[in-house]
Amino acid sequence: MPDYNLRIIIPEIFLFCWAIVVILSDLGSKRKSPQTIGYLTMAGIAVTGVLLYFFRGGISFNNMFQSDTLAVFFKVIFLGSAFMAVGSSFGITNERIKNHRGEYYGLILFSTVGMMFLSSSSELISLYIGLELTTIPLFVLAAFYKDDKLSVEAGLKYFVVGAFSSAILLYGLSLLYGLTATTDILTMKINLALLFLKFGKIGPGFILAMVMIIAGIGFKLALVPFHMWAPDVYQGAPTPITAFLSVGSKAAGLVALLRIFVNGLWSFASDVMQPLDWGIIIAVLASAAMILGNIAALRQTNIKRMLAFSSIAQIGYVMVGVVAADEMGVTSAGFYMFIYLFANMGAFAVATVFGDQTGSDNIISYAGLSQSSPLFAAGMAVFMLSLAGIPPMGGFAAKYMVFAAGIQAGYTWLVILGLLTAVVSLYYYANIIKTMYFAPGESTIRINPSFPAKLVLLLGVVGVIIFGIFPGPVLEFARETAGVFGF
Amino acid sequence: MYDYVLSSLIFIPLAGFLVVLLLPKNNFNLIRWMASIFSFVPMIISFVLTYDYFFTYSGSADMVYIEGPFKWISVINAQYFLGADGISVPLLALTGLLSFISIIASFNIAKRVKEYFAFFLLLETGMMGVFCALDFFLFYVFWEVMLVPMYFLIGIWGGPRKEYAAIKFFLYTLFGSIFMLVAILVLYFTSEPHTLNMLTLIQTAPSLGHSLQLMCFAFLFVAFAIKVPVWPFHTWLPDAHVEAPTAVSVILAGVLLKMGTYGMLRISWPMFPEATRFFATPIAILGLIAIIYGALVSMAQKDLKKLVAYSSVSHMGYCMLALGAWGSVTALAGCMFQMLSHGLITGALFLLVGVLYDRAHTREIAAFGGLGVKIPVYTGLMVLFSMASLGLPGMSGFVSEFMVFIGAFSSFKIIAAIAVLGVVLTAGYMLRMVQRMFLGEFDMARWGGLTEINLREILMVSPLAILTIIIGVYPGPLSDMMRATLENLVNLMAR
Repeated sequence: MPDYNLRIIIPEIFLFCWAIVVILSDLGSKRKSPQTIGYLTMAGIAVTGVLLYFFRGGISFNNMFQSDTLAVFFKVIFLGSAFMAVGSSFGITNERIKNHRGEYYGLILFSTVGMMFLSSSSELISLYIGLELTTIPLFVLAAFYKDDKLSVEAGLKYFVVGAFSSAILLYGLSLLYGLTATTDILTMKINLALLFLKFGKIGPGFILAMVMIIAGIGFKLALVPFHMWAPDVYQGAPTPITAFLSVGSKAAGLVALLRIFVNGLWSFASDVMQPLDWGIIIAVLASAAMILGNIAALRQTNIKRMLAFSSIAQIGYVMVGVVAADEMGVTSAGFYMFIYLFANMGAFAVATVFGDQTGSDNIISYAGLSQSSPLFAAGMAVFMLSLAGIPPMGGFAAKYMVFAAGIQAGYTWLVILGLLTAVVSLYYYANIIKTMYFAPGESTIRINPSFPAKLVLLLGVVGVIIFGIFPGPVLEFARETAGVFGF
Repeated sequence: MYDYVLSSLIFIPLAGFLVVLLLPKNNFNLIRWMASIFSFVPMIISFVLTYDYFFTYSGSADMVYIEGPFKWISVINAQYFLGADGISVPLLALTGLLSFISIIASFNIAKRVKEYFAFFLLLETGMMGVFCALDFFLFYVFWEVMLVPMYFLIGIWGGPRKEYAAIKFFLYTLFGSIFMLVAILVLYFTSEPHTLNMLTLIQTAPSLGHSLQLMCFAFLFVAFAIKVPVWPFHTWLPDAHVEAPTAVSVILAGVLLKMGTYGMLRISWPMFPEATRFFATPIAILGLIAIIYGALVSMAQKDLKKLVAYSSVSHMGYCMLALGAWGSVTALAGCMFQMLSHGLITGALFLLVGVLYDRAHTREIAAFGGLGVKIPVYTGLMVLFSMASLGLPGMSGFVSEFMVFIGAFSSFKIIAAIAVLGVVLTAGYMLRMVQRMFLGEFDMARWGGLTEINLREILMVSPLAILTIIIGVYPGPLSDMMRATLENLVNLMAR
């Protein structure tokens, strides 16, 4: 008798239904309710969070769906990023896309359901489905400004690259299936070990599988050299969607990476396993991401492009935790993503509100903002300092954790490289602060965020500072997630 | 009674930071006085602490006023752990005094007053924290926390090249700090059980492998040397000092530079005695280079503030020379004396430069002449501190330099002998500056309207003058206070 434990999938089912409710109620109100739909969406996300608390822990669908601590931890991040993305969307839905509010919010929710489903998958097929469900709504969302060339270009680019990378990923997964005769990650782990013990080595097919999976997930994560799409898509897409892409979608990619590599292929993350050592591949990609992301960000004059390159670099830091592939590594990668949620969503919320009210995404337009809108500018300064990793902001604790994991796992060179590039990154983060604070005279722009945007900004600032000074509880939670992999 | 005294030193300025942020933006006087109160209280506490330490713990080398260790982040074993001993107590008092004086000296800031005082109080929090923290993670947090307000203070209220100077300062010190972070992580993972407690690490770190010790020492040295700054890491200093507003220069020279040497005394030296011995001669040579190079560059300066800035490089060189002579209590005491006396004297010199700049709007030495006729009181103070800076007997500069030379001579005869030249060079540029600015012809047409130093400004520098003379005439109590701690330090290093 197969075990259908529907109890643990209730949050996903609820959110899925809620997305339909949101779309229908927008249609039902003849698209005349500018605020209500947004609040309805936010409420739905909040309720899902509550449901998640009550219906967690357990296995369903013959091991295909697990609601373990790792899944719950990342679901919190997905819901948080969806909540913050929706909260900062009110300006757009009032102005630019007022005829498609329901679809806009509905697609965000569908994508979130995909992420949640993905993070619970302990099996390759459902994992792949989750990933597709995550990205397909995002293709549409990226192109949501139908009359804007940049946005349409972003959508198309994202679609082509996304579809291509999915195919590569799927091919990699099929090779893995061919080698191990299973799609269940845990069984795969065992079968691979047996295979290795029996023959002493595993042929080039395995390497091909690993490279293809890394490439496929690397596209989703915008890891260098699979990052080419990111700056254009980030710039063209509506800013809240960019934020959602850079946090939610990346966190989803990270879960896939953790599940497949740190769990399934764990025994190969070691020097002695060369050339099967995937750790070194990801370490090299991580260092490329840190170097290229940070250096390219130095030259950007558009805030969204700057944040795009910055998020490429940030993912490089998360990868330091992934290559460590131990308890500390998983803990730190999860914790980094958690802090990154607040800092990056906050920074994008600032860019969204600023863009809505001034029509400009140029960094130079922020000049003198500290005088005309002091709180708004202070919020941005906090996010920038957190992304740069300056204590007491959360970004510091997060960087400390991933670097500690790297040192413990023996990747000292990667840590030193990461720290050096972190110094470089300070330059462009501080550049925003410089523009806002050091410019003589007062800006004529007075930013007045809407209530939900204020809520998002407050959430971001409080999260960054509180979890920076007292990271203890979240770190404990993140450490429990590592227990899922048996560390 | 002294249960949470160190925490109060850290958190009263932080409370002040929050209070000032909540005050109305345009009530300048309220903001100024509130900031003064929130820096006055820690100053008094730090004085009481010094008094209590002197009479209660002078003969003991133990860490006192200990708070904690309290659990903070259990996953990485970071703790909230504070304590003070003979090295940190005088520095806490110096920080308290200079912070308060700097806040008083900032009353003439007219632009964005609220932000200025808020950042200043945040800066004080960081500085106090560095001198009390006994947990490596906590130490690092305070060490970095300070950079942010400093960046803003230089960048918003600085001179013409403020943006360049601010980011240069920020990047330079962060660059140094990351090496410290690597060393911290390595120490954490090599200690068993993993710990970030500095007192434990001082016990266990010397048993690490030779090359690991050398590496950690070198990494920490880079971080601290940038702060001191030791030649060749000094290039951020002239820019930052010259562009920073007066009060910020005072803090930079008076307190921030000391954090580098403090870090060496507190962390690098006792934790890595073997590496200290290994690197002792190069460190002394770096000190020597800084002494001579700083003095020579000072000589060539046309800008008064730049002259004082480079003289800091030279004076901190004496500290490095003393630190190189690790085995001598006299040398280390000389280092401590030099840190304190440089804080007092250079702080005062920067204040006085600011006083003149406020009136004349130029700092070019050649623009002045014969000022002694017009502003005699100012001239008197300036001459006093110049004499203190060049090490005139009877003032603290003499005591500290003398102790450094005596202490260093036993280990490095030639280096110490050459370093004495530095005193002559210092006299050279200081006396030349005094001569060109305050003696000679007075340009009535240009400087006829120059006004005398006012009472507030006199009150600002007078405590510094008094302390400089007291330490110069009667250094006994101060050296009694730190002797036991330093003797213990030398014993630790002889391991």
